[in-house]
Amino acid sequence: MLFTSLEFIVFLTVLIVLYYTIAKNRFQWQLLLAASLAFYAFSGWWNLFYIASTIISSYFAGRAMGRLEAGRDAYLKEAKLSKEDAKAYKASVKAKKRIWLIACLTFNFAVLAATKYAGLMISKGADTGFFGFLVPVGISFYTFQAMGYIIDRYRGKGGEHSLFRLALFVSFFPQLIQGPISRFDDLKATLFAPHSFNGAAFAAAGQRVLWGFFKKLVIADRLLPAVTELTSDLGAYGGVYVIAAVLLYAVRLYADFTGGIDITIGVAEMLGIRVKENFNMPFYSKSIAEYWRRWHITMGTWFKDYLFYPISVSRPMLGLMKSAKAAFGENFGKRVPVYLSTIILWFMTGLWHGTTANYIAWGLANGLVIIISQELTPAYKAFHQRFNLKGKRIWNALEIFRTFWLMCFIRAFDIYAGVGETLKAVGSVVTGPHTLPNLVFDGIGVSDYIAAGAGVAVMIIAGRIKRRGKPWINKAAVRYAACLLLALAIVVFGVYGMGYDASQFIYNRF
Amino acid sequence: MSISPLYDILHKLHNDVDFESHEALIDEGVLDSFDIVSLVAEISEAYGLQVPPEEITPENFNSARLIFAMLERVSEE
Repeated sequence: MLFTSLEFIVFLTVLIVLYYTIAKNRFQWQLLLAASLAFYAFSGWWNLFYIASTIISSYFAGRAMGRLEAGRDAYLKEAKLSKEDAKAYKASVKAKKRIWLIACLTFNFAVLAATKYAGLMISKGADTGFFGFLVPVGISFYTFQAMGYIIDRYRGKGGEHSLFRLALFVSFFPQLIQGPISRFDDLKATLFAPHSFNGAAFAAAGQRVLWGFFKKLVIADRLLPAVTELTSDLGAYGGVYVIAAVLLYAVRLYADFTGGIDITIGVAEMLGIRVKENFNMPFYSKSIAEYWRRWHITMGTWFKDYLFYPISVSRPMLGLMKSAKAAFGENFGKRVPVYLSTIILWFMTGLWHGTTANYIAWGLANGLVIIISQELTPAYKAFHQRFNLKGKRIWNALEIFRTFWLMCFIRAFDIYAGVGETLKAVGSVVTGPHTLPNLVFDGIGVSDYIAAGAGVAVMIIAGRIKRRGKPWINKAAVRYAACLLLALAIVVFGVYGMGYDASQFIYNRF
Repeated sequence: MSISPLYDILHKLHNDVDFESHEALIDEGVLDSFDIVSLVAEISEAYGLQVPPEEITPENFNSARLIFAMLERVSEE
């Protein structure tokens, strides 16, 4: 069920009415669970088997760890062991917990791999994996969310005793399809709490949803035909057309993904539930590393907390650092854990996005640029000491401009057919042609660019207002006026209606 | 356990920061993830400790004193 479909609007309306009337103070979270599973079943009833296997395995592994911890605490209280013996005993219990952790991770990542990742040769955008399984909708997102829960459980954070409450955490429908990837500790406070209808909060949430629809229908979907056409035939659309393609794709991806997340967060807030923000004005970043702290934040922190740090500070990695220091010197050795972990992190991030070589190349390109930037730090420092430009407006603008275009070209791996094709496309920016491009194609004319361009202008102005944090934006009258204007803009300028097949959100396919 | 090796390691990472008084090393972006990994690697060597990844949180790394408190806790466990 697409967020932009009529079915979803009907589904949401019915849910909200039931949620704040008959379910209020009685079975609100239980209703949300039923609604989430129904929402998921709409994408194919067989999807439920996959998500159920993740929920059940996480639940039982978490419970087993809980039992081990309870047994350990009771024993330590009774046995009065010496400090050393207690340490050894705790380590033995942790080793048992680790077995459950590894079993749960292996099972769930194996399901993910079997359905999605086992076929490195599947064609881009196909919905069947190597073994011919249909790829369950949102599996990358809910698997990561559930595995975050189980790793936290292993690390000693409190678990969930109710199978059904854990099921809701994993399957909560607004974030099921494209994230954000929530942490149990962040979501549980509002997910299971009773909620009363609050008019002002509901209006603010509604405004956020409309804002998401605006970005998706007025900007992202309007630009889709241009991006599709420009990347369909490199022979016809090389050189300056590649610049147009990566620029239009950057705008479309931003509007599509942030629009989807706005709808997700807005829908959750309509139900009184707080979901973490996933973006913080990424196109204002001054480096690629900063960009990744501002774009798809919950995925970045997931990889950092559960992959990057555990690998980089692990015993084998520290041992490797020691050996490298002895063999090649202090300067080289201390870089080993950081850079090796960075390469692994970006390889895995590429793999998370897709199994074809272009996604791996995309991930590694990000990692490589971050490592090069790190190596250039002393040069930047020397430059700033000499020219004193750091923090100056013009230098900030230059850094933002550089990062934006660098990311545009790294993203080329995402839109062209393969690694070779992408490199050819990027190379053609130098070789040409450099004539004025004609960007009017079947499905997108001058009026579409004007509508999308106006939408982008609104997006930039809204971003600036938000950045400055003016207090009047929270006034009820302003919110209602914004809702009205957004609804009007969507009706007049949105891409929808008879004969139009609303496109899926880009991040659904990951 | 003495805090001075920790100060030495931190000053080697950023010699322009007053680590004795800074209380928002993570929140203000003084230490990034690369710094954290280098720091943990150096700490492990200097103190002979294994810092578990779950201890790498902003709350534990926002100041030198917090890092040292975390090290003391880890050595006790």
